[in-house]
Amino acid sequence: MGENSILKIINTENLLLTFILNVDTMKIPLLMQLLEARLVCGDAENHRIIEHAFASDLMSDVLTLDACSPLLITGLSNVQTIRTAEMADIHTVLLARGKKATPEMIALAHQNDMVMLETPYSIFKTSGILYQHGVKPVY
Amino acid sequence: MTFTYEIEGGNFSRAGTASSDIKKALKQLDLDYTIIKRVVVSLYEAEVNIVAHARRGTLTADIDPDRIVMVLDDQGPGIPDIDAAMTAGFSTASSRVREMGFGAGMGLPNIKKNADSLNIQSTVGVGTRLEIVVNF
Repeated sequence: MGENSILKIINTENLLLTFILNVDTMKIPLLMQLLEARLVCGDAENHRIIEHAFASDLMSDVLTLDACSPLLITGLSNVQTIRTAEMADIHTVLLARGKKATPEMIALAHQNDMVMLETPYSIFKTSGILYQHGVKPVY
Repeated sequence: MTFTYEIEGGNFSRAGTASSDIKKALKQLDLDYTIIKRVVVSLYEAEVNIVAHARRGTLTADIDPDRIVMVLDDQGPGIPDIDAAMTAGFSTASSRVREMGFGAGMGLPNIKKNADSLNIQSTVGVGTRLEIVVNF
Protein backbone atom coordinates (compact mmCIF):
# COMPACT_ATOMS: atom_id res chain seq x y z
CA MET A 1 0.00 0.00 0.00
CA GLY A 2 1.45 3.38 -1.00
CA GLU A 3 1.96 6.36 1.31
CA ASN A 4 -0.95 8.27 -0.29
CA SER A 5 -3.34 5.37 0.31
CA ILE A 6 -2.34 5.12 3.98
CA LEU A 7 -2.85 8.90 4.38
CA LYS A 8 -6.31 8.59 2.77
CA ILE A 9 -7.29 5.88 5.28
CA ILE A 10 -6.03 7.96 8.22
CA ASN A 11 -7.95 11.02 6.97
CA THR A 12 -11.12 8.97 6.49
CA GLU A 13 -10.81 7.61 10.03
CA ASN A 14 -10.30 11.14 11.38
CA LEU A 15 -13.40 12.34 9.53
CA LEU A 16 -15.40 9.44 10.91
CA LEU A 17 -14.11 10.16 14.43
CA THR A 18 -15.00 13.85 14.06
CA PHE A 19 -18.46 12.87 12.85
CA ILE A 20 -18.97 10.51 15.79
CA LEU A 21 -17.83 13.17 18.28
CA ASN A 22 -20.21 15.73 16.78
CA VAL A 23 -23.29 13.55 17.01
CA ASP A 24 -22.91 12.65 20.67
CA THR A 25 -26.14 12.80 22.57
CA MET A 26 -25.18 14.86 25.57
CA LYS A 27 -26.55 13.41 28.76
CA ILE A 28 -25.50 13.98 32.35
CA PRO A 29 -23.13 10.97 32.68
CA LEU A 30 -21.19 11.95 29.54
CA LEU A 31 -21.06 15.59 30.64
CA MET A 32 -19.66 14.52 34.01
CA GLN A 33 -17.03 12.39 32.35
CA LEU A 34 -15.94 15.09 29.89
CA LEU A 35 -15.80 17.89 32.44
CA GLU A 36 -14.67 15.98 35.55
CA ALA A 37 -17.93 17.29 36.97
CA ARG A 38 -19.45 16.38 40.30
CA LEU A 39 -23.20 15.97 40.71
CA VAL A 40 -24.50 17.95 43.69
CA CYS A 41 -28.25 17.72 43.06
CA GLY A 42 -30.53 15.56 40.96
CA ASP A 43 -30.27 12.20 39.26
CA ALA A 44 -27.12 11.41 37.26
CA GLU A 45 -28.98 8.77 35.30
CA ASN A 46 -31.84 10.99 34.22
CA HIS A 47 -32.48 10.84 30.50
CA ARG A 48 -32.62 14.56 29.85
CA ILE A 49 -30.72 15.43 26.68
CA ILE A 50 -28.73 18.65 26.65
CA GLU A 51 -29.10 20.19 23.21
CA HIS A 52 -28.28 23.84 23.95
CA ALA A 53 -26.14 25.68 26.49
CA PHE A 54 -25.77 29.28 27.60
CA ALA A 55 -22.82 30.61 29.60
CA SER A 56 -23.15 33.74 31.72
CA ASP A 57 -22.44 35.15 35.16
CA LEU A 58 -25.11 37.78 34.55
CA MET A 59 -28.55 36.57 35.56
CA SER A 60 -30.15 39.55 33.80
CA ASP A 61 -28.86 38.03 30.53
CA VAL A 62 -30.24 34.61 31.41
CA LEU A 63 -33.69 36.15 31.90
CA THR A 64 -33.70 37.51 28.35
CA LEU A 65 -33.42 34.05 26.76
CA ASP A 66 -36.31 32.85 24.64
CA ALA A 67 -34.80 29.39 24.15
CA CYS A 68 -36.32 26.39 25.82
CA SER A 69 -34.36 24.86 28.71
CA PRO A 70 -30.67 25.28 27.85
CA LEU A 71 -27.92 24.10 30.19
CA LEU A 72 -26.78 27.11 32.22
CA ILE A 73 -23.00 27.33 32.66
CA THR A 74 -22.06 29.93 35.25
CA GLY A 75 -19.47 30.96 37.78
CA LEU A 76 -22.05 32.79 39.86
CA SER A 77 -22.77 30.73 42.93
CA ASN A 78 -25.63 32.13 44.97
CA VAL A 79 -29.29 31.35 45.53
CA GLN A 80 -30.38 33.78 42.82
CA THR A 81 -28.58 31.61 40.26
CA ILE A 82 -31.08 28.86 41.02
CA ARG A 83 -34.05 31.25 41.33
CA THR A 84 -33.19 32.67 37.92
CA ALA A 85 -32.93 29.18 36.45
CA GLU A 86 -36.36 28.38 37.89
CA MET A 87 -37.91 31.48 36.29
CA ALA A 88 -36.18 30.86 32.97
CA ASP A 89 -37.30 27.19 32.89
CA ILE A 90 -33.72 25.95 33.04
CA HIS A 91 -33.44 22.45 34.49
CA THR A 92 -29.68 21.90 34.51
CA VAL A 93 -27.11 24.24 36.09
CA LEU A 94 -23.37 23.72 35.87
CA LEU A 95 -21.14 25.73 38.21
CA ALA A 96 -17.76 26.28 36.57
CA ARG A 97 -14.37 27.64 37.74
CA GLY A 98 -14.46 25.37 40.78
CA LYS A 99 -17.38 27.25 42.37
CA LYS A 100 -19.28 25.35 45.02
CA ALA A 101 -23.02 25.17 45.52
CA THR A 102 -24.30 26.34 48.92
CA PRO A 103 -26.75 24.20 50.94
CA GLU A 104 -29.43 26.86 50.23
CA MET A 105 -28.84 26.51 46.47
CA ILE A 106 -28.97 22.72 46.64
CA ALA A 107 -32.24 22.81 48.61
CA LEU A 108 -33.86 25.17 46.10
CA ALA A 109 -32.57 23.16 43.13
CA HIS A 110 -33.96 20.01 44.73
CA GLN A 111 -37.39 21.65 45.24
CA ASN A 112 -37.44 22.50 41.54
CA ASP A 113 -36.34 19.07 40.35
CA MET A 114 -33.12 20.45 38.85
CA VAL A 115 -29.80 18.82 38.12
CA MET A 116 -26.84 20.79 39.46
CA LEU A 117 -23.18 20.03 38.86
CA GLU A 118 -19.78 21.50 39.65
CA THR A 119 -16.72 21.43 37.41
CA PRO A 120 -13.20 22.65 38.14
CA TYR A 121 -12.88 23.77 34.49
CA SER A 122 -13.18 27.39 33.38
CA ILE A 123 -16.27 28.55 31.52
CA PHE A 124 -14.20 28.83 28.33
CA LYS A 125 -12.86 25.27 28.56
CA THR A 126 -16.27 23.90 29.58
CA SER A 127 -18.00 25.62 26.68
CA GLY A 128 -15.34 24.50 24.21
CA ILE A 129 -15.59 20.85 25.21
CA LEU A 130 -19.38 20.83 25.10
CA TYR A 131 -19.43 22.61 21.72
CA GLN A 132 -16.94 20.09 20.37
CA HIS A 133 -19.33 17.34 21.43
CA GLY A 134 -22.36 18.74 19.66
CA VAL A 135 -24.01 20.98 22.27
CA LYS A 136 -25.32 24.01 20.41
CA PRO A 137 -25.27 27.68 21.46
CA VAL A 138 -28.59 29.41 22.17
CA TYR A 139 -27.58 32.14 19.69
CA MET B 1 -57.81 34.72 42.01
CA THR B 2 -55.75 37.34 43.85
CA PHE B 3 -52.31 36.92 45.39
CA THR B 4 -50.65 39.49 47.66
CA TYR B 5 -47.07 39.43 48.97
CA GLU B 6 -44.90 41.72 51.05
CA ILE B 7 -41.40 42.15 49.65
CA GLU B 8 -38.45 43.08 51.85
CA GLY B 9 -35.82 45.40 50.41
CA GLY B 10 -32.26 44.07 50.48
CA ASN B 11 -33.21 40.48 51.28
CA PHE B 12 -31.79 38.59 48.31
CA SER B 13 -32.21 35.17 49.87
CA ARG B 14 -36.02 35.69 49.66
CA ALA B 15 -36.06 37.45 46.28
CA GLY B 16 -38.21 35.53 43.83
CA THR B 17 -40.33 33.59 46.31
CA ALA B 18 -43.49 35.46 45.28
CA SER B 19 -42.77 34.92 41.58
CA SER B 20 -42.13 31.26 42.29
CA ASP B 21 -45.53 30.91 44.04
CA ILE B 22 -47.34 32.58 41.16
CA LYS B 23 -45.55 30.39 38.65
CA LYS B 24 -46.82 27.30 40.49
CA ALA B 25 -50.39 28.71 40.46
CA LEU B 26 -50.22 29.48 36.72
CA LYS B 27 -49.01 25.97 35.94
CA GLN B 28 -52.28 24.64 37.38
CA LEU B 29 -54.26 26.66 34.81
CA ASP B 30 -53.13 24.77 31.72
CA LEU B 31 -51.74 27.95 30.11
CA ASP B 32 -49.30 27.98 27.23
CA TYR B 33 -45.68 27.54 28.36
CA THR B 34 -44.57 30.78 26.67
CA ILE B 35 -47.27 32.81 28.45
CA ILE B 36 -46.23 31.47 31.85
CA LYS B 37 -42.60 32.26 31.11
CA ARG B 38 -43.43 35.84 30.04
CA VAL B 39 -45.41 36.36 33.26
CA VAL B 40 -42.82 34.94 35.64
CA VAL B 41 -39.82 36.59 33.99
CA SER B 42 -41.46 40.04 34.08
CA LEU B 43 -42.67 39.49 37.64
CA TYR B 44 -39.30 38.23 38.85
CA GLU B 45 -37.49 41.19 37.28
CA ALA B 46 -39.89 43.55 39.08
CA GLU B 47 -39.56 41.67 42.37
CA VAL B 48 -35.76 41.78 42.17
CA ASN B 49 -35.95 45.52 41.43
CA ILE B 50 -37.78 46.09 44.73
CA VAL B 51 -35.27 43.96 46.65
CA ALA B 52 -32.39 45.75 44.93
CA HIS B 53 -33.57 49.35 45.21
CA ALA B 54 -36.41 49.83 47.70
CA ARG B 55 -36.93 49.53 51.46
CA ARG B 56 -40.04 47.41 51.05
CA GLY B 57 -42.86 46.75 48.63
CA THR B 58 -46.13 45.00 47.93
CA LEU B 59 -46.95 42.71 45.03
CA THR B 60 -50.54 42.04 44.03
CA ALA B 61 -51.40 39.67 41.19
CA ASP B 62 -54.96 39.33 39.88
CA ILE B 63 -55.48 36.33 37.66
CA ASP B 64 -58.55 36.54 35.40
CA PRO B 65 -59.66 34.06 32.75
CA ASP B 66 -58.09 36.16 30.01
CA ARG B 67 -55.16 37.98 31.64
CA ILE B 68 -52.99 38.59 34.70
CA VAL B 69 -52.56 42.06 36.18
CA MET B 70 -49.54 42.49 38.47
CA VAL B 71 -49.10 45.62 40.55
CA LEU B 72 -45.84 46.26 42.43
CA ASP B 73 -45.77 49.22 44.79
CA ASP B 74 -42.59 50.08 46.61
CA GLN B 75 -41.34 52.53 49.18
CA GLY B 76 -37.97 53.55 47.92
CA PRO B 77 -35.89 56.18 46.16
CA GLY B 78 -38.17 56.44 43.11
CA ILE B 79 -36.98 56.83 39.52
CA PRO B 80 -35.93 60.39 38.57
CA ASP B 81 -35.93 59.71 34.81
CA ILE B 82 -38.20 56.87 33.68
CA ASP B 83 -37.15 57.18 30.02
CA ALA B 84 -33.50 56.70 31.02
CA ALA B 85 -34.42 53.75 33.26
CA MET B 86 -36.15 52.12 30.29
CA THR B 87 -32.93 52.31 28.25
CA ALA B 88 -31.07 49.00 28.12
CA GLY B 89 -27.80 49.29 30.03
CA PHE B 90 -28.83 52.22 32.25
CA SER B 91 -28.38 51.23 35.89
CA THR B 92 -28.09 52.75 39.35
CA ALA B 93 -27.58 49.38 41.06
CA SER B 94 -25.10 48.97 43.90
CA SER B 95 -22.06 46.70 43.71
CA ARG B 96 -23.86 44.25 46.02
CA VAL B 97 -26.74 43.94 43.53
CA ARG B 98 -24.24 43.37 40.71
CA GLU B 99 -22.53 40.66 42.74
CA MET B 100 -25.89 38.85 42.79
CA GLY B 101 -25.92 38.78 38.96
CA PHE B 102 -28.26 41.72 38.43
CA GLY B 103 -28.02 45.48 37.99
CA ALA B 104 -27.04 45.49 34.32
CA GLY B 105 -29.82 47.87 33.40
CA MET B 106 -31.89 45.24 31.66
CA GLY B 107 -34.75 44.72 34.12
CA LEU B 108 -37.30 47.30 32.99
CA PRO B 109 -36.62 46.77 29.25
CA ASN B 110 -37.06 43.03 29.77
CA ILE B 111 -40.34 43.57 31.62
CA LYS B 112 -41.56 45.70 28.72
CA LYS B 113 -40.49 43.01 26.24
CA ASN B 114 -42.44 40.30 28.07
CA ALA B 115 -45.55 42.29 29.02
CA ASP B 116 -48.54 43.24 26.89
CA SER B 117 -48.66 46.48 28.83
CA LEU B 118 -46.39 48.19 31.34
CA ASN B 119 -47.24 51.33 33.25
CA ILE B 120 -44.70 53.02 35.54
CA GLN B 121 -45.45 55.81 37.99
CA SER B 122 -42.71 57.08 40.27
CA THR B 123 -42.15 59.89 42.75
CA VAL B 124 -38.57 60.61 43.80
CA GLY B 125 -38.07 59.98 47.50
CA VAL B 126 -41.44 58.23 47.85
CA GLY B 127 -41.55 55.13 45.64
CA THR B 128 -42.46 53.45 42.39
CA ARG B 129 -45.57 51.68 41.11
CA LEU B 130 -45.45 49.21 38.24
CA GLU B 131 -48.54 47.76 36.61
CA ILE B 132 -47.74 44.84 34.34
CA VAL B 133 -50.39 43.10 32.24
CA VAL B 134 -49.95 39.86 30.32
CA ASN B 135 -52.87 38.59 28.25
CA PHE B 136 -53.54 34.86 28.08
